[in-house]
Amino acid sequence: MTVEKIYVFKRFERFWHWSQALLIIFMMITGFEVHGSYELFGFGKAVSLHTVAAWSLISLWVFAIFWHFTTGEWKQYIPTREKVFAMIGFYSVGIFRGAPHPFRPTTLKKHNPLQRLAYLGVLLFIGPLLWFTGWFYLFFGDWKAWGVDSYLSLEWVAFFHTAGAFMMLAFFIAHVYLTTTGHTPTSHIKAMITGWEEVD
Amino acid sequence: MLPIYRTVLSALAVFAMLTASAFAAQAKPEAAPAAPSASKKVSTADHHKFKELQKNFRTGPEVTAACLICHTEAAKQVQHTKHWTWESTDPKTGQKRGKKNIINNYCTNPTSNEKDCMACHAGYGWKDSSFDFKVEKNVDCLVCHDTTGTYRKLPGDAGHPVYKRTEFPKGSGKIVEAVDLRKVAQSIGKPGRTNCGACHFFGGGANGAKHGDLSSSLQHPSRYLDVHMDEKGLNFSCATCHSTSSHQVSGSRYNISAAVKGAPHIRGKADDSPAACQSCHGNKPHPQRMARLNQHTDKIACQTCHIPEFARDDIGTERSWDWSTATTMGPDGKPMVRKDSAGRRAFDSKKGTWVWESYVIPEYRWFNGQSRFQVIGDKIDPTKVVKINEVGGGPNDPESRIWPTNVHRGKQPYDKVNLTLTLQHTGGEDDTALWHNYDWQKAIKAGMKAGGLPYSGEYGFVETEQTWPITHMVAPKDDALRCEQCHSKNGRLKDIQGVYLPSRDGNKVLDTLGWTLALLTLIGVLVHGGIRILTAKKEG
Repeated sequence: MTVEKIYVFKRFERFWHWSQALLIIFMMITGFEVHGSYELFGFGKAVSLHTVAAWSLISLWVFAIFWHFTTGEWKQYIPTREKVFAMIGFYSVGIFRGAPHPFRPTTLKKHNPLQRLAYLGVLLFIGPLLWFTGWFYLFFGDWKAWGVDSYLSLEWVAFFHTAGAFMMLAFFIAHVYLTTTGHTPTSHIKAMITGWEEVD
Repeated sequence: MLPIYRTVLSALAVFAMLTASAFAAQAKPEAAPAAPSASKKVSTADHHKFKELQKNFRTGPEVTAACLICHTEAAKQVQHTKHWTWESTDPKTGQKRGKKNIINNYCTNPTSNEKDCMACHAGYGWKDSSFDFKVEKNVDCLVCHDTTGTYRKLPGDAGHPVYKRTEFPKGSGKIVEAVDLRKVAQSIGKPGRTNCGACHFFGGGANGAKHGDLSSSLQHPSRYLDVHMDEKGLNFSCATCHSTSSHQVSGSRYNISAAVKGAPHIRGKADDSPAACQSCHGNKPHPQRMARLNQHTDKIACQTCHIPEFARDDIGTERSWDWSTATTMGPDGKPMVRKDSAGRRAFDSKKGTWVWESYVIPEYRWFNGQSRFQVIGDKIDPTKVVKINEVGGGPNDPESRIWPTNVHRGKQPYDKVNLTLTLQHTGGEDDTALWHNYDWQKAIKAGMKAGGLPYSGEYGFVETEQTWPITHMVAPKDDALRCEQCHSKNGRLKDIQGVYLPSRDGNKVLDTLGWTLALLTLIGVLVHGGIRILTAKKEG
């Protein structure tokens, strides 16, 4: 069993991932404070920081979306049925028996089928839910001017925003754990830092 | 849309640099404007020089007659104001309110006590219901226009000033000098704080007692107490905000503009509410960097954040007045007076028990400017707290805002059979006066008779509550409420309904589900990881 290294994550992708990670962690910390779960910065400060982080993340996404389309990397998120059950089997049984990883990343297919599904869910569901509700939450004062004040209530906007945040939190926990399931417990993390992934 | 660009730009900056220091950037508050120069005489007329005023007036009405020689319309104007009629009509319901008609939560009502109460009437001679409201020379010009500070009207004189040297209060050894009407008449000017304050600071019978946001501390206030009236700063008089036309003083509590919208008012533009904050500040008063605060003006009155506490001085204000303990005598069987540790009235056999407080945190209410008042003869339900007045409005009323209020509580006598609050004859030297004979039965009988109300002869005491909006004693901006003071679980607005308040509110079911999901995920990965470690060891 030889260890091979392949180049999986390009420089921008790594920058995108880590700055997004920091911003999302920070937004969860400030967001749950705004929600009233605890006191840390103080409500006013938490709102300001959450807002600045939100705009920063939007800016980052503008670049990221541009990058994904110009490089064709968006195809990495197209779901596939291939090896889905093999992946489920690996995570629930094989991994405990030292079985080989059923998916071998390449530069063209860097995510395993479950990753594809999970990230697509984040990109198409949790993300938009947070963006959409967050946008209206942020511009609460303009609802009247936009003519949407009779269709929306802050209570429900906040409800779905918070629901999105809880989903993001659950994703975050699972995601951090799953980074340890590579060739070695740190090989995924190293790949995300250096771009080079060790594979079997 | 400007704030969006600003935020986007700053966000881009953060994105580009990813430095934490940019997060905390906050401009310093601007320096306060320079204090205006001390007020000078601005009138074009020197009243010392007027022949009409160069005589030794014996009475107030004589002075008024002299004033009216030149100011021919002045008395007619005053006679159309609440300062004269003590009456105000609700524009919507037609209900007659005003001091004459309502029952207040302090001395209750002037009926049968006019001789005392009318010390604060802008007129002379209102001693009973026979007072003629059309006599022009009975308008008191001096009480509002005296600039010497020597013009005094005492209880018992039905609104006349002190004509001869008097001991007041009786038996106190304190002497009040006779007013030099000639000097006062020649020294008239625009009303200042002393004029308004003579009545409005001392309403309810003691300094600061009544309003909570008005007391003699506003005579020489610091910036902290009142950012507008600050003697070393803006130095506003009352009339700077309560601008007056034809003697009609703007900004009455009876008809408040609770939700003034739009930009600051341009001088010369017709103005319904010149006494409102928005008249000068507009309803988007905060700078762009604090634009989020401007979003609050849809729901929250300026006063809510900018008057964090009222009675912000050692004078304090009365929180309750319990009449039911009145006529209780001291241990020696004689009338008794007790003061609290701050020297404020706490008990008087004549009047009952008071509780005082300083630096009072307001109670918050939805308010649309319309109040319903308890007027003479209104039926009450003695099993409930009687609302002396009730502020109107609610979360779904676009004219309503969340206002700070001074809720004053008490106990008042009522007719147990007719179920009305009673009128009582309190002041005076006669046998039926409560403060003379300490006999409720006689006092109520006399009061009800004077008011033309039936009285069953059975009285009791009922709990009462009065809610007044707070609007004076605006604090400097650094002392305004912080976000956290409302946006928290047990904040200032914890009892306000009908609005979603981030940090205070949330969906309990969602929170439980959300945290459970996060916890289960965590347990799941820990168990998964644990099994991996165990199985790896076995194999190793």
